[in-house]
Amino acid sequence: MAKENFVRFENVDKSYDGKVLVVKGLNLNIKEGEFVTMLGPSGSGKTTCLMMLAGFETPTNGEIYIDNQAISNVPPHKRGIGMVFQNYALFPHMTVYENLAFPLRVRKIPKDDIDKKIDKALSMVSLQGYQARMPMQLSGGQQQRVAVARSLVFDPKLVLMDEPLGALDKNLRENMQYEIKHIHENIGVTVVYVTHDQTEALTMSNRIAVFNDGKIQQLSTPNELYEEPMNSFVAKFIGENNTFKGEVTELADGKCKVKLSSGEEILSNPIFVKSKGQKTTISLRPERAIIDSRTPMDNNYKGIIEEIIYHGDHTRLRVNLLRNKEFILKVPNISSDMKIKIGKEINVGWNSVDCRALDPK
Amino acid sequence: MSTKIILSSDGLPLEKSLKKAERKNKIRALLLVAPLFFFILIIFVFPLVDMLFKSVDNRMITEMLPNTFTALEKWDGKELPGEDVYEAFYNDFYPLAKDKKSGKLFQRLNYEKSGFSSGLKKTNKLILNFEKENYKEQFINAHEIWNNQDYWLAIKNSSSKWSYSKYLKGIDLELDQQKKIVQVEEEKSIHVLLWLRTLKVAFWVTVCCFFLSYPIAYLLATLPMKYSNILMICVLLPFWTSLLVRTSSWMIMLQQEGPINNTLVWLGLFTNENKPELMHNMVGTFVTMSQILLPFMVLPLYSVMKNIPSSLMKAGKSLGGTPFMSFMKIYFPLTIPGIGAGCLLVFILAIGYYITPALVGGASGTLISNVIAYHMKYSLDWAFASALGTMLLVGVLTIYWIYHKLVGIDNIRLG
Repeated sequence: MAKENFVRFENVDKSYDGKVLVVKGLNLNIKEGEFVTMLGPSGSGKTTCLMMLAGFETPTNGEIYIDNQAISNVPPHKRGIGMVFQNYALFPHMTVYENLAFPLRVRKIPKDDIDKKIDKALSMVSLQGYQARMPMQLSGGQQQRVAVARSLVFDPKLVLMDEPLGALDKNLRENMQYEIKHIHENIGVTVVYVTHDQTEALTMSNRIAVFNDGKIQQLSTPNELYEEPMNSFVAKFIGENNTFKGEVTELADGKCKVKLSSGEEILSNPIFVKSKGQKTTISLRPERAIIDSRTPMDNNYKGIIEEIIYHGDHTRLRVNLLRNKEFILKVPNISSDMKIKIGKEINVGWNSVDCRALDPK
Repeated sequence: MSTKIILSSDGLPLEKSLKKAERKNKIRALLLVAPLFFFILIIFVFPLVDMLFKSVDNRMITEMLPNTFTALEKWDGKELPGEDVYEAFYNDFYPLAKDKKSGKLFQRLNYEKSGFSSGLKKTNKLILNFEKENYKEQFINAHEIWNNQDYWLAIKNSSSKWSYSKYLKGIDLELDQQKKIVQVEEEKSIHVLLWLRTLKVAFWVTVCCFFLSYPIAYLLATLPMKYSNILMICVLLPFWTSLLVRTSSWMIMLQQEGPINNTLVWLGLFTNENKPELMHNMVGTFVTMSQILLPFMVLPLYSVMKNIPSSLMKAGKSLGGTPFMSFMKIYFPLTIPGIGAGCLLVFILAIGYYITPALVGGASGTLISNVIAYHMKYSLDWAFASALGTMLLVGVLTIYWIYHKLVGIDNIRLG
């Protein structure tokens, strides 16, 4: 039976200089066995949260619980949390074996068990037979695997990963994403993962906490986060996003009309707005707007193609629509018969459900 | 295996065209290095070779007394030599005395056996009036040393062109008249004591510097920039001050009525009458040298520590190592290159230290370098000074070699 509140942040504040709060009144519950990603731009407080959980920073206020035990007064080496660092932090003067044996030796585990555990951990990251290598002799990806293996070798209940894939090149990063994900699925350890890369967060996590300005902006599953952003920061930060600014003129039946400065009205899905006259920012994913749709749409406007950007699997169009020159459309490349040309006028349509009226920021 | 010569596109062998292309760069590199190379050659290598040479060179005396040595070859040394030796000595000595060139000979022979100087000086005046016969009698009448076969033996023993007797003297040994190596008399044997004292001081200064520097270097490497800069200046400021100024300020600090002694009295640890002697003994040498050599330990340690990522200690702790264990297993081993460099630097510098022991050391705090300086400046026994210098150099190289065997020279990092 997985514990519901395995890790719990309760009203945690953190300030380094007594002037600025880096983390503001943070509340977060993490289930046992869950893969939670803290996602946010740099300086949003996500790494600070991780460091407080690991014990390298103390909360200025509030308390963190692991398995219902308050841990503020527990030093890092007694927390039993595995950690993978951004630059791997492998001990350069020790072999791979010694690196992995370190957490086991300090726990006074007998040598036979150490050997077994190390074999198991290395096979988990498919690095069997690398015991005698020095970290410097390994490639970046291999070092990363060793770091992961080391954080898991002593069977911690909780593993923290601080942007572990940041230093790898793109292909390797994608492979490692899947690998870490599979390791997590196989051994069922709780993982708290910090990254600023949204793709990484979306592909790996059970839930994502989007951080900005020291607060969690939204905590939900990857698809919810992408499809249903709760505020304009999340909408902007995750994926691509077309925006219109305007004012609510009508609000009824779970729909609202937003009047843009150009005078047109867009039928949208009221997420943030509660009453008429409120200012709002409308957010629409590029793939939800369709050119020359056969089915009727709530909103239909004409736009002029300003730029065509070829992306291989799809083509991206920058369209001047409702005085927004930055309106992006995604066209799958199978419909190349559409004769896309710069300056051509096209019909663009979308449904009110996909077009979310959020906070005006 | 095919040994086909690879050609570049103009038909020349690749190796040749590579050399041609690189030649200009090589010449430029050589030209850039040349001034320093010649400078080192003239200022460092030549004097060094000259020093080695001087320490074993005995030709001055063999050139001055060629006939005497030839004549002495047949002498068995059991009783006074015969008339022929005296005659030969007259033939060598008379021209020197006449041309007033015999001064060096006095000095040189006096190193061999004391008493030569006064005897030769007296003979030097009288020899000009010697008659051309009965040399033996005339010499014996001129001074009693010529009636003593030990002095003749001393001359005979210095007959070889090259001699290692200075090296023996450096470790309190000498050749007796049968050319056997023996210990010098107790009251004259001071060099071994000085060598041991020098090694002891250098060792403890190194240990002391290490324990003082490690925490400072750690702070320097881990503190935020604005504090570490101030601390760095505190470390470097004495380094930029003249050595003499620092040593003299220590003399002020350590003197009988100095601030340290006054504080100790004020604290009631000592009474005014029996204040501790802090200067002109080992304490002074030790304290002052440790302080002066401190930066040489701090800087290599700092440069090594600066390159140790802070995440390593964090990783150690997160993996369950106590702070102490993480330090011993992770941080400390990574600082060994710096420790090695620092210790080697401090030890080698301390072994050859001269000004500080001369000023604050007193009699019980002098080191081997002070003896070298004494023989260079006062006794003018340059050969002996050279021999001591060479021994010091060999000692330092030996330490370097031992370090290389134990730790590996590529394990040194100075910055």
